[in-house]
Amino acid sequence: MIRPASLSLAACALATTSAAQTPGFTYPDVKPGRTFAFPADHGAHPGFRTEWWYVTGTVKTAKGKNLGFQITFFRTRPRVDPRNPSKFAPQQILFAHAAVSDSSVGKLIHDQRAARGGLGIAEAKRGDADVRIKDWRLARLSDGRFSARIIARGFALNLVFKPMQQPLLQGEGGYSRKGPDPRSASYYYSLPQLATTGTITRGTLIETVAGRSWLDREWSSRYLGGAAIGWDWTGLNFDDGAALMAFRIRGADGRSLWAGGTFRRANGVVVTLKPGDIRFTPTRTWRSKRTGATYPVAQILTIKLPEGVKRLTLTPMFADQELDARSSGLPVYWEGLVRTEGGRGYLELTGYAAPIAM
Amino acid sequence: MASNPSQALRWLITGEWRQHPGRIAIAVVAIAVGVALGFAVHLINGSALTAFGQAVNTVNGAADLKIEAASRLGFDEALYARVVGVKGVADSSPVVVLKAVIARGEPFTLLGLDIIRAAGVTPSLIGASAQGPGGNGDELFASDALFLSQAALIAAKLRVGDRVTINANGRTQPMIVRGLLPGIAEGRRVGMIDIAAAQWLFGRLGKIDRIDLKLTPDAQISDVRARLIPLIPTGAVVSDEDDDAQQSDSLSRAYRVNLTMLALVALFTGTFLVYSTQSLSVTRRLQSFALLRTLGLQRGGIVALVTTEGALAGLIGAMLGLLLGYGLAAGALNILGGDLGSGIFGDAPPALIFAPLAGAGFFALGVAAAVGGSLIPALQGARAAPAVALKNAGDSVDPRDPLAGRLPLTLLVAGVGAAFLPAVGRLPLFGYLSVALLLAAGITAMPWLARILLAPLARAARRNVPVDLAIQHLHGAPGAAATALCGIVASTALMIAMAVMVTSFRGAVDEWLGDILSGDLYVRSEPGWGGFDPAAQARLAAIPGVKTILFNRQVPIIVDPTEPPMSLIARPVGKGDAALQLIGKAVMPPPGTIAVWLSEPAARILGRKPGDAIKLPIGQNARFSLAGIWRDYSRQQGAMVIDAKDYSRLTGDSVRDDALVLLKPGADMAVVQRAIRAAAPPPLQARLTMAEPAALRTFALSIFDRSFAITYVLEAIAIIVGLAGVATTASAQASARTREFGMLRHIGVGRAQIIAMLGIEGALLGAVGGLVGVTLGTGISQVLIHVINPQSFNWTMTTRLPMTLMLSVITALIVASAITAMLAGRRAVSMDAVRAVRADW
Repeated sequence: MIRPASLSLAACALATTSAAQTPGFTYPDVKPGRTFAFPADHGAHPGFRTEWWYVTGTVKTAKGKNLGFQITFFRTRPRVDPRNPSKFAPQQILFAHAAVSDSSVGKLIHDQRAARGGLGIAEAKRGDADVRIKDWRLARLSDGRFSARIIARGFALNLVFKPMQQPLLQGEGGYSRKGPDPRSASYYYSLPQLATTGTITRGTLIETVAGRSWLDREWSSRYLGGAAIGWDWTGLNFDDGAALMAFRIRGADGRSLWAGGTFRRANGVVVTLKPGDIRFTPTRTWRSKRTGATYPVAQILTIKLPEGVKRLTLTPMFADQELDARSSGLPVYWEGLVRTEGGRGYLELTGYAAPIAM
Repeated sequence: MASNPSQALRWLITGEWRQHPGRIAIAVVAIAVGVALGFAVHLINGSALTAFGQAVNTVNGAADLKIEAASRLGFDEALYARVVGVKGVADSSPVVVLKAVIARGEPFTLLGLDIIRAAGVTPSLIGASAQGPGGNGDELFASDALFLSQAALIAAKLRVGDRVTINANGRTQPMIVRGLLPGIAEGRRVGMIDIAAAQWLFGRLGKIDRIDLKLTPDAQISDVRARLIPLIPTGAVVSDEDDDAQQSDSLSRAYRVNLTMLALVALFTGTFLVYSTQSLSVTRRLQSFALLRTLGLQRGGIVALVTTEGALAGLIGAMLGLLLGYGLAAGALNILGGDLGSGIFGDAPPALIFAPLAGAGFFALGVAAAVGGSLIPALQGARAAPAVALKNAGDSVDPRDPLAGRLPLTLLVAGVGAAFLPAVGRLPLFGYLSVALLLAAGITAMPWLARILLAPLARAARRNVPVDLAIQHLHGAPGAAATALCGIVASTALMIAMAVMVTSFRGAVDEWLGDILSGDLYVRSEPGWGGFDPAAQARLAAIPGVKTILFNRQVPIIVDPTEPPMSLIARPVGKGDAALQLIGKAVMPPPGTIAVWLSEPAARILGRKPGDAIKLPIGQNARFSLAGIWRDYSRQQGAMVIDAKDYSRLTGDSVRDDALVLLKPGADMAVVQRAIRAAAPPPLQARLTMAEPAALRTFALSIFDRSFAITYVLEAIAIIVGLAGVATTASAQASARTREFGMLRHIGVGRAQIIAMLGIEGALLGAVGGLVGVTLGTGISQVLIHVINPQSFNWTMTTRLPMTLMLSVITALIVASAITAMLAGRRAVSMDAVRAVRADW
């Protein structure tokens, strides 16, 4: 679901209020009842203020070691004068972020890219998934698989994701509310249970990996309500083929302002979760020495299903999966590989170091 | 005493110093002045260069490597996308550079940046939103969002949030100050807007001026540079920080080297002063030394004694000199600025940076100068045969012996020879060597010259006792006279040489101004307001009363990235009013090439002569050839002229900055001026400067005088040091001749006659010193004018002699020497004649 707007520049660009109203400039609204079409919706929706392609995955190396990874591309459309004919006009700005989780390293290995769209340097294409910033690229191949190629500082990811199931429309048919105000919402679908193969390179060590991934696609022009400071989110792939996405949006007092989620059973039946159906209960916190932020890195997630309450313990592979790259303009958040009963996935915790402004 | 020579030395030195503190003080001062000047010039220039380097780095953001537009026309933005993929380039940041003006404030550099790219490549250049992180990001990318450095904000009396009007490239645009540029160094006026806004709002679509590059950690700058070169179009150059440093260094190198050399010359004068002081002191003490020798002190002991005295004077002088130099530098930086008033760096006064190594160097030079000045007298003192010296304290040379002229002749030949050698690394080192050799030749020739000059007087028969005595004394003992004179000859020669050079230069500039200021009226537009577009040019040309109007455009252009930018001047070149005054012949450019006329400095810097092909960073595949060379004293970095039509065709730039107006006979200047203002483009109307040739000429000459202010100061110091030398040598000689005066009194010469004799001797000495000094100086000035100036400043001139100054220097010397000699003599003569003669045992 919600992906932390990585770079604070992105966070800035996502802000919904603008000091200067730009004549002739509007963002489309997110409304219920939209019909999704694929592969067109895999591609960019450049009119909207913000959009992302967010892949998280859990893989095993040939030697049997568990690794996690995250590849994210953001697109934002700042409020700039549409009349500016300059090729540098920042009509679209793209950000990307990649990280590898390895419990033997004990912290995330990560890198990022950013560029304004155009000039052959960065582009998010319409019509099908194809986002690129310089030498980083995520695209859908002609055979329907997705491919990611990331050459970063100290590591590289070269992965192919094969969809095994239909796209999972989140919320009400892909209309996902983020708060009590129905206008704060996004279009949101996921591709869980992606069969993943490829290589992960760290330094000079190239390892062949295989596993499962999760692609989140979301776009919106108006995201959070004013009281929200951050969120907890998880996306879990179960070994039997089932998938669960759940999130809650927190206020300054730590309580939930909103929640939502979707559970798709192994047999394909989808259960949509309402705000009251989801509860995140922290069981263990970890304090970052770097930033002083305290994260509830282990939680119990309870969801209300028709057959009764399901309890899932979310246990991190290791505690320090904090992303702190403030030097390059990033906010601080936690994006970690977790395991649960019968499955694996990612837990995302934002707004714990400082409120996220979106 | 003899059993403990070191104790004897100490006793002799302290005794001498206690007895004649003034004499040693003047030697100390001479050394101090030389060290102080050299050190001050070094400190000032070092500080100015550092500040200038910081200024360059501030605007450049200290990228590893950069691709720069060779002129302000910029280059095609397509290069940016091509550079991104070059191996070894980690990140690249495109930049639009504009000279901008805030409506009511000072000019500043406005950078159009892609903030995302700049964050990685040149983080010091990016703005911080006033609302802090998490604020509204739209303002970072909004086309009216302006970020200013603290200095720019203060200069324009603005606050964050204010609305301002920005003028750049002829456009006026409203902006909002959205935040600060916290990474910009203090005192630098820089602004930042989004690159797309800069292109769109200020008429630069499709163009960028710079690409800053960040290299991968493993990449070699030279490798990446080599990979970039094939991609670089005409109109752009690749450069790195070293090039910037070299560029700012070469900006002022010639100027700085010249000043340092002048300081060394002051030190050289100090050496001669030490020499004359020590010579006299040795002469006076010959008997003491002879006594010591007979008591068993070795020759080496005498040498050690005299050089130790010199070294002590040097140590004290050099130490004082360092302190003085530091003070001088601090004062000069505040009063004159880092370019000593020459206008090279043109910015706020830089902070003074102490240079310990240079300090040690000048200290050593000061001590060496003093030791060197003492060495010859020391050897003379040691060489004197003890038996003769015990008896005789005067000139041990027989007046009838002919004087050998071999050494001065050798020095003269070597000096003239050195003047013909080429510059070393663009510095006229052999020229300075030639100056030193000529000076040495002149000084060693002094005894001989003194005798030659006085010979006619000596042969003439008179009845005047004091006159005869004075002439015979000087003619018979020219060695002593020469010793007295060498300091004054050195300083007069150098002072006259400088004066001749500056006079010639000023005359040449004045004449040149007369040549180039041939119009009736000059119209200048303030930079940043767009200049005259073709429509405005047509309107101006049609004004009644205007006979001819010649528009021109001046743009800085980089021909070689290690050289400071030259000026490219686009103006009509033709016959009549549009004719260009050339040095030498004009050469027709071969067919298919475009004519370029280089200024004299540009031709020397680029090493081209008329007829040569030349490469310029304008126009795709255009070929240029050098059609002629014109005189220019205003742009030391070099300038070139191309015809306005060629320029417009090659660059598409038809805007002009300045105009030269020729009026029809009978046209009213004031009416035409008003009409020109009314016909100018509206933003320019209030920002036109109009000047008539007379005002421009005065202005140009005042700039000239300001830039030579420091050399005037140095000249004055040289003269003061020289006169002080005359005073000390006069008093030293007078006291050395006490016995002679006693003898004269005994044979009936009156006290007044002796004083008159001394006055005449002084006047003759002054006349000889002044004459030789002025002649030598004129000779040296020819080296300055024809060797040092062309080699370091790249311009030539014809000699003009400052006759009034020369005559007044000689007169001043005659008067000053006569007066000091008489004053010194009064004391010596006042001694009881009997006692004085008794001293002659």
